[in-house]
Amino acid sequence: MGQSKLDLLQGTLDVMVLQTLETMGSLHGYGIARRIEQASGNQVLLNQGTIYASLVRLQQRGWIAARWGTSDNNRRAKFYSITKVGQKQLVKDTAYWQRLAGVMGRVLAMQGEGGKQ
Amino acid sequence: MSYSLREAFNRVRSFFRSDQLDHEVNEEMASHLEMAVEENLRRGMPAEEARRQALVRFGGVQQALEQHRESRSLPWVDVLRQDLRFAFRMLRRDFGFTIVAVLILALGIGANIAVFSVVNTILLRPLPFRDSQQLVRIVEKDPKAGESSKTYTADATQDFQQQNHSFQSVSGYFAFTGPDNFKLVGNAQPIPVTGILVAEGFFQTLGVEPSLGRLFRPEEFVQHSQPVALLSYPFWKRRLGGDRSIVGKPINLGNTSVVVVGVLRDTFDFGSVFSPGAKVDLFVPYIMDDFRDDGNDLALVGRLKQGMTMAEAQSDADQLFPQLYFEHKHPEYGKGYTGQLTGLKEYVSGKLRRSLIVLWCAVGLILLIVCVNLSNLLLARAAARSKEFAMRRALGARRGRLVRQLLTESLVLATVAAVLGLGLAYVILSYLAHQGSIALPLLAMVRVDGTVLEWTLLVAIGAAVLFGSAPGLRMSGGNLQDVLKDSGHGLSEGRKHDRMRSTLVITEIALACVLLVGAGLLLRSFLRVLDIDLGFEASHAATISVDYDDGGNAAKRAAIWREVTSRSLMIPGVESAGISDNLPMSRNRSWGIAAKGDQRRDALSYVPVFVYIVSPGYLKAMRMRLIEGRDLNWDDVSNNRNVVIINETVARKLWPGQDPIGRAAMAGGTETQVIGVIADVRESGAEDNAGAQMYLPATKQFGPEGSYLVVRSKLPPAALATSVMRTLREINPGQPATEFKPIQGLVDHATSPRRFFVLLVGTFACLGLLLASLGIYGVISYSVTRQTQEIGIRMALGATQSWVQFDVIWKTLRLALIGIAVGIIASLVVARLIASLLFQTAPSDPLTFVGMVALLGGVALMAGYLPARRASKIDPMVALRTN
Repeated sequence: MGQSKLDLLQGTLDVMVLQTLETMGSLHGYGIARRIEQASGNQVLLNQGTIYASLVRLQQRGWIAARWGTSDNNRRAKFYSITKVGQKQLVKDTAYWQRLAGVMGRVLAMQGEGGKQ
Repeated sequence: MSYSLREAFNRVRSFFRSDQLDHEVNEEMASHLEMAVEENLRRGMPAEEARRQALVRFGGVQQALEQHRESRSLPWVDVLRQDLRFAFRMLRRDFGFTIVAVLILALGIGANIAVFSVVNTILLRPLPFRDSQQLVRIVEKDPKAGESSKTYTADATQDFQQQNHSFQSVSGYFAFTGPDNFKLVGNAQPIPVTGILVAEGFFQTLGVEPSLGRLFRPEEFVQHSQPVALLSYPFWKRRLGGDRSIVGKPINLGNTSVVVVGVLRDTFDFGSVFSPGAKVDLFVPYIMDDFRDDGNDLALVGRLKQGMTMAEAQSDADQLFPQLYFEHKHPEYGKGYTGQLTGLKEYVSGKLRRSLIVLWCAVGLILLIVCVNLSNLLLARAAARSKEFAMRRALGARRGRLVRQLLTESLVLATVAAVLGLGLAYVILSYLAHQGSIALPLLAMVRVDGTVLEWTLLVAIGAAVLFGSAPGLRMSGGNLQDVLKDSGHGLSEGRKHDRMRSTLVITEIALACVLLVGAGLLLRSFLRVLDIDLGFEASHAATISVDYDDGGNAAKRAAIWREVTSRSLMIPGVESAGISDNLPMSRNRSWGIAAKGDQRRDALSYVPVFVYIVSPGYLKAMRMRLIEGRDLNWDDVSNNRNVVIINETVARKLWPGQDPIGRAAMAGGTETQVIGVIADVRESGAEDNAGAQMYLPATKQFGPEGSYLVVRSKLPPAALATSVMRTLREINPGQPATEFKPIQGLVDHATSPRRFFVLLVGTFACLGLLLASLGIYGVISYSVTRQTQEIGIRMALGATQSWVQFDVIWKTLRLALIGIAVGIIASLVVARLIASLLFQTAPSDPLTFVGMVALLGGVALMAGYLPARRASKIDPMVALRTN
């Protein structure tokens, strides 16, 4: 890969985790991490370990729930799933990030035109 | 937002389940890694590479765990725990330093707590009565005749009670009670007890409740009613064993059977509010009709109506008092009182405000010196630890984190010291609370309470921040390179460091100088007070309260007095003996005296005069100096001669420039002949001017108020006590076991507030001196150690021992001189502020200043001499070889 990976902005990992759980249902930590890497097309610089801090934070806020279970290949793992509150939060966060992305896009586009003049 | 609340709750919960959560997340991460390895293997990586890749992608198990902890729990508590653990480890490692620091700090904090408790009790806390801000003491506006002008007659009191518009109630107590004025007769020997006569509604006015039984009823203030008494709590506990069934039963007071109607609460301490240092055992009703003819004797206390201001009440009193007659039966005695209202609290402790504030400041200075000293110790330690801190910063510790670490150490020191200090204060306070001999109001009520604990917390934290922040900033700041360069050994490096420590030492010396000068001025005032000519000789004399039953017959009384004095004179070792109804510097009462032919009824020509009814020989026993004329003799008494001995003040006022001997005077309403003049006797206290005084024989016309036998002897009172008591018991088997007390005790009691303050301020000054010298020693000794190598080089190059010694001493002297110079300027300012506490001593008293400066300079030199000696003994060879 020629291009360097993207640094994760504050708070973005939490949204990614929520979104992953929303679409994939119940999933363990490794699964979530892999899923995010795949979905981002390996563009994101993610230390997989950091996902656990995010998971415990979301859990404490009541946005996701966790229970111990067994994985496909019979390994004990903690499975996370999104809660009702978490879904509502995701709707809010999605709207926020889309707005932010839109604004950023517009602002940067304007600067680009200015540069050409 | 509800989620943040939930998060906070969960964070606290996880804080306490830390181990379990760690375990869970470890398990999770382990299975995470295994899954990753498996996937990598499936993709065909070799086992080694699969594992390596999995770990790389995971990115540090330990960091992940830290992050997990940080986001699930309370990171600052964790940090604090870490800091504390580290602080304790550091303090344990430097155990000697820790002990010294904690002890010094404990002394400073303990002294502060103790003084604050006293200030809090006497000045800040309201009196222990219900709505005590409504309570008012009423005295004459210009009380020049002692207690008699702070009191009112029964008739005037009653008129004021009925006619005023500003008080819910006004009551009072009989102000002329001496100690041991009753005797409790039981199965064994009679016990002397002190009882106060209180007017109707006294306890209700104060808002005092009984703990057992009831208060007095109105019908008990009528003549010929059943005699009743209320007991004070300590008396009930101590003498009657806390017997609850005592209520309703009679006790025998003298020859009267008195029914106990109740016991007061132990929170009510009459003595500590109204008569500092006195213990009161019981209360009996003051029956107005018994005292109609007795002149001023009620001390008045009133409770203002709701919403009534002091100014309104004062103007009401200003209208009313001039209209009040002295006696209804004798309207010709005239009318016209004045009444000055003062809040009871202000009346009780107002005079002490300035002294207490000075004391408070002195003890604050001590704490400041302690903090400076500790700052200095910590700076010295900081030098030793500078490499450690430089290393930690190089490894990425933030500056704030290091300051916090150092402040944590300071807080740990301060906390341990505060606990010790609290213990120290507790010991001091329990001692003070039981000092009946210190005539400070409310002192018996001093204790460690909630406010004091809050103050302790404040002082401890304040001190920690004060002494911890300078070294903290110093150590965490600066350039790493500098620190690394600075920590080489043996050269005169670290100038910056030294300068900071020197500044601290100079501050310390200046503060100590202020304390020393202040204490010196107070001490000199105290010595001046002790040096005063009291008009009598307090040493080698002792007194005892004598009980007798004369049945109200003057002739019988004269015979008893004569027998008591003559039998006392026969006791081996007794030089002289006499009786008086009042002793100087204790209780007093006053009448009026006028030169005959000059007396007008309007009281203008009457000089208020302290009255003493005395036996022949009393003046001699007290060593009061007869200037002119003669003493009383027993013929005067037996022949009922109306004679009087006056003091110089009376002579000067009534017959200025003339010889008063043989002149006629109107004394207490009777015509008397002046037979002698004595030198003025300090009446109310050593520091007050002597008032007008007269001494009358105990004849039909002049009734004594109690009787105190004074005995002069070279023998110590303890050696005489038994024989004096035996003699008194032979004359009167009913003589209670009253105490045979040295006259010096009266003087000590009168000077005790000043002694108390001098002792405390003096102790603080000594402490300050000690701490300052420790500070000097520390700095100089440390700089010698640091410069060992340099000194070695200089000596190798030819510097002599004495030159090295001089160099170190000069360095000390320079610090001391700057400190003293600053201190003198500050002292001059401070001395002016405490000028009103000084007695016959100028605020800029040169002797005190020179003495204290010499003392401070001498101690500073001593503190510098020890390291100087060490420096001069440095062996150049050894010094150059080390390092």
